[in-house]
Parts: sequence; structure tokens; C-alpha cells
Amino acid sequence: MDQIQKNLLAEVADLHEIPTGAYNIRSNGEGAGRRSTENIEIVTKTDKSGIDINIKPGTVRESVHIPVIISETGLSECVYNDFYIGEGSDVTIIAGCGIHNCGDQKSQHDGIHTFYVGKNAKVRYVEKHYGEGDGNGDIVLNPQTIVHLEEGSYMEMDSVQIKGVDSTIRVTKGDVAANATFIVKEKIMTHGHQLAETDFQVELNGENSNTNVVSRSVARDESKQIFKSYIAGNNKCHGHSECDAIIMDNAKVDAIPGLSANSVDASLIHEAAIGKIAGEQLVKLMTLGLTESEAEAMIVNGFLK
Amino acid sequence: MLEIQNLCYSVDNEGSRKDIIKNVSLTLEDNKFYVITGPNGSGKSTMAKLIAGIEKPSSGKIIFDGTDITDMSITDRAKAGISFAFQQPVRFKGITVKDLINLAAGDEKLSTASACEFLSEVGLCARDYINREINASLSGGELKRIEIAVTLARSAKFSLFDEPEAGIDLWSFNNLIKVFEKLHDVTHGSIMIISHQEKIINIADEIILIANGELVKKGTKEEVLPLLTGTQSFSCKYTNE
Repeated sequence: MDQIQKNLLAEVADLHEIPTGAYNIRSNGEGAGRRSTENIEIVTKTDKSGIDINIKPGTVRESVHIPVIISETGLSECVYNDFYIGEGSDVTIIAGCGIHNCGDQKSQHDGIHTFYVGKNAKVRYVEKHYGEGDGNGDIVLNPQTIVHLEEGSYMEMDSVQIKGVDSTIRVTKGDVAANATFIVKEKIMTHGHQLAETDFQVELNGENSNTNVVSRSVARDESKQIFKSYIAGNNKCHGHSECDAIIMDNAKVDAIPGLSANSVDASLIHEAAIGKIAGEQLVKLMTLGLTESEAEAMIVNGFLK
Repeated sequence: MLEIQNLCYSVDNEGSRKDIIKNVSLTLEDNKFYVITGPNGSGKSTMAKLIAGIEKPSSGKIIFDGTDITDMSITDRAKAGISFAFQQPVRFKGITVKDLINLAAGDEKLSTASACEFLSEVGLCARDYINREINASLSGGELKRIEIAVTLARSAKFSLFDEPEAGIDLWSFNNLIKVFEKLHDVTHGSIMIISHQEKIINIADEIILIANGELVKKGTKEEVLPLLTGTQSFSCKYTNE
């Protein structure tokens, strides 16, 4: 693996060496390393591109790393990864995609991740997207995450895209059974002429099901962001979504919330706030010795922390 | 030493000029503790903002340690040693109490223990607050104490506080007085507090009385207090200017 690839791995998965536990590294469309463990088995799909990750029931405090890196220009791929998370397990899954494009052709990775989270299982899923390279070719990432949460299960998804992705349409769909919880935290920063579209769709089907979708984003330069969220409450349930965006320069942000209450006991809330950095925040930090641009950077970094 | 020379500040009020500060000249010496007081709307907060560089004067000069800072930016004045605790502290999503204290102290690697000391001084349990975000989850009184702690951390040559007592009613007032006395001892700089509180006025070296944008009197408590009783809103501490 060359230095560019190593750097991408560090950016998307904080990996500086071979991770402990199970992992699968995909580099330029091919497998670049894999390890299954006693409880976590990674198998190549036979019908299409991608892998199955089978986690045995009762597996606790184990992790799986499945980073994808692309350093060739003009490479486009669509990969299907399915996660079968056994009953009562408690695991961390670290995905992420980094693209280095120094050529003139588009590089694109579309990852379709489906999670089958077993009864009372707990999953923390971390997904980081990153692009770099000084070529004219676009960097495109279109992740889809489909989550099926069984009774009493819990999934927390942290999704981060801070830099370098020209175009992204990210779709997250979830169906939540009784006493299960689905938490999504998204952080996005767009710059230049980038486009980022986020589309959340959560169906709260079971009694006492729960979801909290929180998006924080910063749109700068000429970039455009679209935030869509739709929560359907089909039972006694709790749903909350929040979109909080800082808009700068000539950027544009749309927030399109949707709530659908199909049960008298459904409790659903949406909050959306879009605005520029408050002048008084800049002034306060300037009275502590920062220049205006340093103050702006501190506010943005804090907001996306 | 801070010298204010013939300072004027006016705003446009629906087509007509409104004078907020009218030809004020003052000399504030090093190592002195000043309280600036006066009725609501007299221009006290505007004076503080003019000194910190948040507002620009219409005419007049501000000289700090021999340097004309009238045209200096907020940032450069801060770097030169002017510190300003706001009357209404600002909230930030994602920025923690420790982030601000470290920034104020000019030391990114300030130890948590040292940062906590500033919070303890203002009567906050440091462990509970040091990693809190300065967001809407904090009450007005908590924010106000954090604002004072951040200003203490700056240890500046000239510290301005705009009504530090407002909103912290439940906190023992004597503690606030002790904070200012200690700041006075430790920093060897000047302190200027905008206040209506007699207890704060009592510990000042000099009182500056401003009314209707004009300097009425600068002098000792004995000299200024008799003039104060004539200003109707002096005893009220719940003012918002």
C-alpha cells in the first residue's frame, strides 16, 4: 500500500496500522486485506460485489473495520455490504470511504450497507467520508444505509463528511421494532461548488420505539445542501429530528422536514435552524484576541466537533 | 494607563443625530479600581464598547499605554491587554468552557486543573462545568459566572466588566467582591466595572459618574456618592442597557 492509500486510511478510519479485531480493507475495487475472528466472520458475496459480515449472537466489545479507499482516477463502483448482528451482541463497526482523485475523470463509490440488528443487540456504526486530490475529476460518494432494528435493539450511527467530496446523496432508511432505538448523528461541511443531499426515512413501527436524528452542517462558498427527514410514527413512539446549519458566503441550504403520525400515541418533533454565524459570537472571540477569520474557524470547528 | 480624550459617539436616529457620548475626557491610571455608574441609558455600556473597540467613536481619541488605539481593531486591542466581560454573555454550540478559558489564558495546553481554578473562584464546581458546552443548557447566572472566569483567565492590563453582578443574585455577593479584590492584587492592572451596586462602589478606588452621555464627576466615593443620590435609578440593579 502506498503513502496516498495509507493517508486515506488514516483519514477515514483513524487507522495507522492493521486494526485489532475483524477487518476488511477494500482498495481500488479489490480486497487489500481481511481478517475474520472467532465471533465475526467476513465473507465475499457470490452474487454481487460486496461482503457479508456475520456477527455471532452474544458477541460483546468487539469491533469491525471496513474502510474503502480509492486512489485511481475514473474508478466507479457500487458495493453491497450486509451486516447480520446476532442477538444480544454489542459491537462497533467503523466504515468510511476515502477517495484521492488527482486525475480528470470522476471517481465514485456507492456503498449500500444493510444492517439486520438482532434482538437486544447494540451497534455503534461510524462512517466517515473524505476526498482529496488536485485533479479536475469529481469525487462522488452516494452511501445508502438501511437499518432493520429488532425488538429491544439499539443502533447509533455517526456519519461525518468534512472535506473534499464534490457530490453526495446519502440515504438512510430505518424500521424500528418495539423498544428499539435508532440514533443518527450527522456532521457535514461543504465548500466550493459541492452538493450534499441527506435523506432520512425512519418508520417507528413498534411500541415504545424511538429515534433521534441530529444533523449539524456548515455550508460555505457556493455549495448547496439539502436536508430531508421523514419520520413516521406508527405506534406509541418517540421521534425527534433536528437540522442545525450554519450558512456562509453564497451557500444555500434547504431543510425539508416531514412527520407522519399514524397513531394517537405517536410523539414526533422536528426542529430546523439555518443561519449565519452570529456577529456577537465573532466579537466575543475577537475580544479574546482572535482575528475575525480565526474566530470564524473556531466557531465552525466547535459546531462540527 | 488609559486616556480618553474628548470622546464623542453619536448614532443616526431616524434621520436626526443622537449623541450618546458627549465629549468625555478621562484618565484611568494603572493599578486602580474604577467603578463607572450612572442612570440607565447614560452611556456606560457604550463607553465600555468604545474602549474595547466594538464601537468606533465619532470623534476623540483613546490612548492606551502611550499608544493611540482609536483606530485599532478589537483583536489588536485585546492583544494589547484590554479585556471585556459582556453584560450579556454569548452562547456557542460546541465550544466548551475549557476552550474559552484556554483561549483567554493564551495557552492551548493550559492544564485542566489550572482552568478549573478560575471556575472555582467564581463559585462554580469546576468538575461539573469545565467540559460543558457554552450553549442554551446553561442558565443566565451560570453564563455570567463563566464570563467572569474567562475574563479572570485573561489576566489583562485593563479589565472591563459590564454589570458583572446582574443575574447572579443567589451567589454570595461577598464572593464577587473578593474576586475583584483578588484580580486587583494579582494582575497589577486597572479594573473598570460598570455597576449600580453599592457594595462594588464601596471597594473602588474611584467612582466615575456618567449621566446623559456626559462625565459628571470622577473622584472618591465621598466626593461622588452625594451626587449619586440625585439620580433616580441608582439603586436598581436589574437594568439592561
